[in-house]
Amino acid sequence: MDSALLIHRLHFAFTVTYHYLFPQLTMGLAPLIVILKTIAWRTGDERYDKAARFWAKIFGINFVIGVVTGIPMEFQFGTNWSHFSRFAGGVIGQTLAMEGCFAFFLESTFLGLFLYGEKRLSKGLHWFSALMVFLGSWLSGYFIVATDAWMQHPVGYERVADGSVQLKSFWQLVLNPWAWWQYAHNMSGAVITGAFVMAAVGAFYLLSEKHAEAGRIFVRVGVIAALFVSVFQVVPTGDAQGRMIARNQPVTLAAMEALWETQPGAPLVILGQPDVAAQKIDNPIVVPKMLSFLTWRSWGAEVKGLNAIPKQDWPDNIPLLYYTYHIMVGLGTIFIAISALACILLWRRRLYESRWMLWILLLSFPFPYIANTAGWMTAEFGRQPWLVYGLLRTVDGYSKMVSAGNGWFSFLGFLGMYTLLSVLFLFLVRREIEHGPEPVVPSDLRELVEAAHLTPAEVR
Amino acid sequence: MATVWFMIVAVMVAIYVVLDGFDLGAGAVHLFIAKDNDERRTVIRAIGPVWDGNEVWLLAAGGTLYFAFPQLYASGFSGFYLPLMMVLWLLMLRAIGIEFRTHVQERVWQGFFDTIFGISSILLAIFFGAALGNVVRGVPLNPDGYFFEPLWTNWRVGAQNGILDWYTVMCGVVALVTLVVHGSLYLATKTEGELNDRARKVASWLWPVQVLLTVFSLIATVYAVPGILQNYSRWPIGYLVPLVVIGSLIYMYFAHARRNEKGAFLASSLYIIAMLVGAVFALYPNVLPASTGSQYNLTIYNSATGAHGMSVGFVWWTLGMMLAAVYFVFVYRMFRGKVRLEEGSDHGY
Repeated sequence: MDSALLIHRLHFAFTVTYHYLFPQLTMGLAPLIVILKTIAWRTGDERYDKAARFWAKIFGINFVIGVVTGIPMEFQFGTNWSHFSRFAGGVIGQTLAMEGCFAFFLESTFLGLFLYGEKRLSKGLHWFSALMVFLGSWLSGYFIVATDAWMQHPVGYERVADGSVQLKSFWQLVLNPWAWWQYAHNMSGAVITGAFVMAAVGAFYLLSEKHAEAGRIFVRVGVIAALFVSVFQVVPTGDAQGRMIARNQPVTLAAMEALWETQPGAPLVILGQPDVAAQKIDNPIVVPKMLSFLTWRSWGAEVKGLNAIPKQDWPDNIPLLYYTYHIMVGLGTIFIAISALACILLWRRRLYESRWMLWILLLSFPFPYIANTAGWMTAEFGRQPWLVYGLLRTVDGYSKMVSAGNGWFSFLGFLGMYTLLSVLFLFLVRREIEHGPEPVVPSDLRELVEAAHLTPAEVR
Repeated sequence: MATVWFMIVAVMVAIYVVLDGFDLGAGAVHLFIAKDNDERRTVIRAIGPVWDGNEVWLLAAGGTLYFAFPQLYASGFSGFYLPLMMVLWLLMLRAIGIEFRTHVQERVWQGFFDTIFGISSILLAIFFGAALGNVVRGVPLNPDGYFFEPLWTNWRVGAQNGILDWYTVMCGVVALVTLVVHGSLYLATKTEGELNDRARKVASWLWPVQVLLTVFSLIATVYAVPGILQNYSRWPIGYLVPLVVIGSLIYMYFAHARRNEKGAFLASSLYIIAMLVGAVFALYPNVLPASTGSQYNLTIYNSATGAHGMSVGFVWWTLGMMLAAVYFVFVYRMFRGKVRLEEGSDHGY
């Protein structure tokens, strides 16, 4: 691979992967915070207000990092992918600019009100701010998914004389059928992250026997939400998206499943290592005919294999695509099992005492991050070798004027910067979790404590 | 329609500079005027609820530029690759400085984050000024409409431009002084006591510097960028713009002397807008002039998106801006008035 192309791909892949660790939590937490605020408002139960306040803090830290790592994404369309921008900016500029004009203003304004304004706003208005933060972050998600959906499945455009594409139908772009399922799948994936993180923090509190009251709320809300969205993630959204890929990008589906030959009654590979050169799968564990059924709802249906398609149109890293897809699906299945088990224990009123289950909940929070990341990688590796499916190849999209040397310069810079961000982030989040939802020192005393140079530990 | 979008993008950039300008300026100056922890916290509190909203204007302006002039976005962003990457890092450091400062209690780390916030604000002000300087001066566009500029070459304004030469460095200095004044005047409106005095003092000291630099930069522009006055001779009404620049400086002086804090801040905002309008007026219909020959200029005609996209965009853009205006008024009303530390904590969180 041309080394400039390699570094530009790596540059975008690294920064976008890192970036999406933060929005997936904020988008996932936003509806859960609304739920907590709603319960607090309806019942007047102060504990739920405290819980909402605690998660708003975590949200706030993640939001800031999401914003500062998000700006480079918008910039990179121009800096690293200028030929793509020149080609497609007339279409995807629409959705990206709409994100700026609608979602960002909404989200940043109401987040400011939500975080800073609890004392100045009425209960109803504060609840409304939480709702608007939810709406803003989810709107933002839609515009980004719609942009990606257009790259996966271009609609509503026309080719013009200079070779670029221009918008022909605004509504086709905004209501791209591809975007609907992708959005639903993506957002419920984000809520899985939010719910598992909430449950994990709650489990941590219960296991370490502090903030136990808050811990029970977090675990309860977390596991119930997790069960709903984990199921929704597979049926209908994951299933529908898979069939959409089969219809529109058969080569992608074949590569995801490492299916070489076109065949009726195609099997589903559960485990195994693909060997691209020999066109086989080592150590396979398969379910016969399952792929045909899942894809076409018929055990005998024919599924297209890679060999039916010219090699130049194959995704360029089939093993990686195969693995990211299988990791996503495997973890998704495990999430259903964990959250179902936890909900059964909750229903039997044994969850808070089942230390083994609390340990599982605590240790499982990294996996939704992995599953979401793997899912996006499946989408993006699967689209290769195209940048805009069927219209523009990745090799034609990067900035020809930016040399590999300059690309490496900024890539390494981002690597360093994001290492710093990670350290600060972990430090702050740990501190907030340690601190918990109960103020250690009543807020009116805090000024005095600060003035006397005491640390919170001394006060205690 | 391309002209309309040209104006829209210019307006959004101007709004961004006026808004984020005051928190950049406040950041640049706070290391020098806010002496103790309470004063530093007051500065952060004065910009805390609004700075990220202000920065959203950068994203919104960037997104709108991308949508309306994709060719310009592609060419400009890849050509200014290195400085833009550094701007990104500075924006990150700055956000880290502001946000994380409120989360730590140790004095050592508070000082550390304050310094990061201060230095990144100073550098960003210089970078933005230099960026505007580059656009006015022109860049070495090739026949395909692309270019790549190294950070510096020989510091001279000529065919082999670097990002930095004497002209763009001067623009950076003008921007820094302008934003420091702007930020100090903003802080003056939001603070009381000694901090207020010091902020006002900075503005008083820098006013003559700003006047001198303004005059010098106007002369330097005419000297360094031949043909920059074409539009002015074509539409002499443009000469009103330098008059507004001078008028706003004079009004700033008197308002400041009379302790009319809001008036002085508004005058500074007007000054910034007028300086930008002056530059934009001179550029039109170019959006990125070529130092390699005017036949390679990027103009609103050869870099704009399709006609349908522009008219559709106009509908949602108008709607989006109306909503943004509503939020904006709401938030500034909510947090209006002087900052008093005793009112609640630094953060709702």
